Amino acid sequence: MTPLPRWADVVLLPLLNVVLAFLVGGLIVLAVGQNPLQAVGIMLYGAFGYGSGFGYTLYYTTDFIFAGLAVSLAYHAGLFNIGPEGQAYVAGLGVILIGLALNGMHWALVFPLMIVAGALFGGAWAFVPGYLQAKRGSHIVITTILFNFIATAMMGFLISRVLKPEGVNSDESAPLEAITRVPQLRTFIELFKNSPVNLTFFLAIAALFFVYWLIWRTKFGYAVRALGHNPVAANYAGISNQKLIMIVMAMSGMLAAMVAVNNVGGVQGRLILNFVNGAGFVGIAVAFMGKGHPVGVGLSALLFGILYQGGQELAFQMPGITREMIVTIQALVILFTGAMGDMLRAPLSRLLTRPDATTGAK
Amino acid sequence: MESYLVDITLILDSTVRLAVPLILACMAGLYSERAGIVDIGLEGKLLAGAFAAAAMSAVTGSAWLGLLAGIAAAMMFSGIHGLASITLKGNQTISGVALNFLAAGLTTFLGQSWFKRGGYTPQLSGDQRFNPITLPFANELREVPILGQIYYELISGHNIITYFAFIVVPVTAWVLFRTRFGLRLRAVGENPKAIDTAGISVTRLRFQALVITAVLVGIGGAYLSIAQSAGFNNNMSAGRGYIALAALIFAKWRPGPALLVCLMFGFLDAVQFRIQGQSFPIIGEVPVQAIQALPYVLTVILLAGFIGRAVAPKAAGIPYTKER
Repeated sequence: MTPLPRWADVVLLPLLNVVLAFLVGGLIVLAVGQNPLQAVGIMLYGAFGYGSGFGYTLYYTTDFIFAGLAVSLAYHAGLFNIGPEGQAYVAGLGVILIGLALNGMHWALVFPLMIVAGALFGGAWAFVPGYLQAKRGSHIVITTILFNFIATAMMGFLISRVLKPEGVNSDESAPLEAITRVPQLRTFIELFKNSPVNLTFFLAIAALFFVYWLIWRTKFGYAVRALGHNPVAANYAGISNQKLIMIVMAMSGMLAAMVAVNNVGGVQGRLILNFVNGAGFVGIAVAFMGKGHPVGVGLSALLFGILYQGGQELAFQMPGITREMIVTIQALVILFTGAMGDMLRAPLSRLLTRPDATTGAK
Repeated sequence: MESYLVDITLILDSTVRLAVPLILACMAGLYSERAGIVDIGLEGKLLAGAFAAAAMSAVTGSAWLGLLAGIAAAMMFSGIHGLASITLKGNQTISGVALNFLAAGLTTFLGQSWFKRGGYTPQLSGDQRFNPITLPFANELREVPILGQIYYELISGHNIITYFAFIVVPVTAWVLFRTRFGLRLRAVGENPKAIDTAGISVTRLRFQALVITAVLVGIGGAYLSIAQSAGFNNNMSAGRGYIALAALIFAKWRPGPALLVCLMFGFLDAVQFRIQGQSFPIIGEVPVQAIQALPYVLTVILLAGFIGRAVAPKAAGIPYTKER
């Protein structure tokens, strides 16, 4: 089999896989007697058609960029981090603790500290599986899954027994004052009406550039990619695999942690149960769809932002389709771009190289 | 004294009930992982099996047809897993993760589209479920102290899938360690090249393993929705597939120990409800969440090599490519 031309490998193949995922999704919608094209129309309107819808799209996109980058960064080092969900959840603890400690102070002071505190907690929660993989040989996939469950139990305990103030019925921490919360964009831009998109969105954009720079423009990034491609060779070249695994996992957890800054600091202004709400898992789909490249991650995060916000709209307009259709699409995307990513490679290779054969070129 | 005995019997009885889906999923995973196919997707298959069983049973009124549908759904998922990880040589972990999401999304979506009850299937009753079976003489022996009581409460009065689950374990041990198929299965998980050299198809063996996995985990799913409960509700597998996977690792991929670990995890689940709000000497009140997290924490500690070492089948997770 001749290798694909670079443009086909980088753009065409992933695109075809995504199209395939959506096609299958469309067939499922069709199978239950609904019109998939009408559904797409409603979703696009829901995601872009009006100000607050667009704001929600960007809010979801923010979460998905962080989670997608978390999975991507680890994956470059050959580590499959399934734990951004738990890492973001635990990071919420750091965010709320610093927020409550400085409650009433101006956000300009608290926001950076929230980022640091969240990163510390989320990073630590990812560092442990990294340590266990590097030093004790436990498999990162299994440990990160287990850590998601442990995070759920631990946070459930802390929120309902420790952080919950006296006299409050629902399981949540004390609220942050308005001035301490990360400001939402609607305070500056009329368009966003009552949507929760906040300053963290720009942090997400910055993170995209940062990860690009880190992975492709630094010595550290080169070592990470070397580790991912061939750990034996990397080790031979003098890279300390163990150290790198732990650092990369911690950084991956720090990226996931920013989901907590977005939600705890910028949206709810308090720590509530299960605030991550699956965003960490969406990160897996985003990372595979975006092939781990920040440009791809940004675009896929936007696509999933559209799906999540559009799915909300869809639930109102077409009661036959629930939001869970989005989870199905997410699964199909992971399946076709991740696990079956090379299915179309052979036919595509035949198709693309045939004209060359007639001209005699190789 | 008498009341303590009743209490213990009741806890053990619910231990058995809660352990059944774990045992079935764990044995299912055993076949596939021993054959070299990592199965993160147990959770999804369990969920898909539960949904299909409840949906079919609600529509046809037969628990047995429901059971078949549960197996068929798990089979479909296993088929996709096999296509991705055996035929296309894709990443098994990613495929498993995708299947878990697929099950979570599809069951709720189809459930809402078909039954319009917010993801629940209609309430099942009578022949739509597998009902408790009273073993011979259970009622007569009930009055006999201790032994009669244990027989009545603990051994008798379960549904057919429960008894099946406890039979599966010795059968699996026998198949795995006493038959030619079992030998080949273990070999293909350790050294597929040797199997290939012996002229046996690696692909075929691995697909056979996935079929057995699907049957067992499909039955486990059906147990959740049409034996233990009376219908399907959203995400009712609730991480049991992952717990089963943890149990499998904990038991170092051996059937007997796997049964014990599943019973232990079932026991932890059972005491969870009993200790809520109760205070103990010395340690005081134990938070429910601590008990919930215990199976996961124990597995992490095991994986870290602090209590023995869990070594996976050597070829697990690696697609087999014939040399050309």
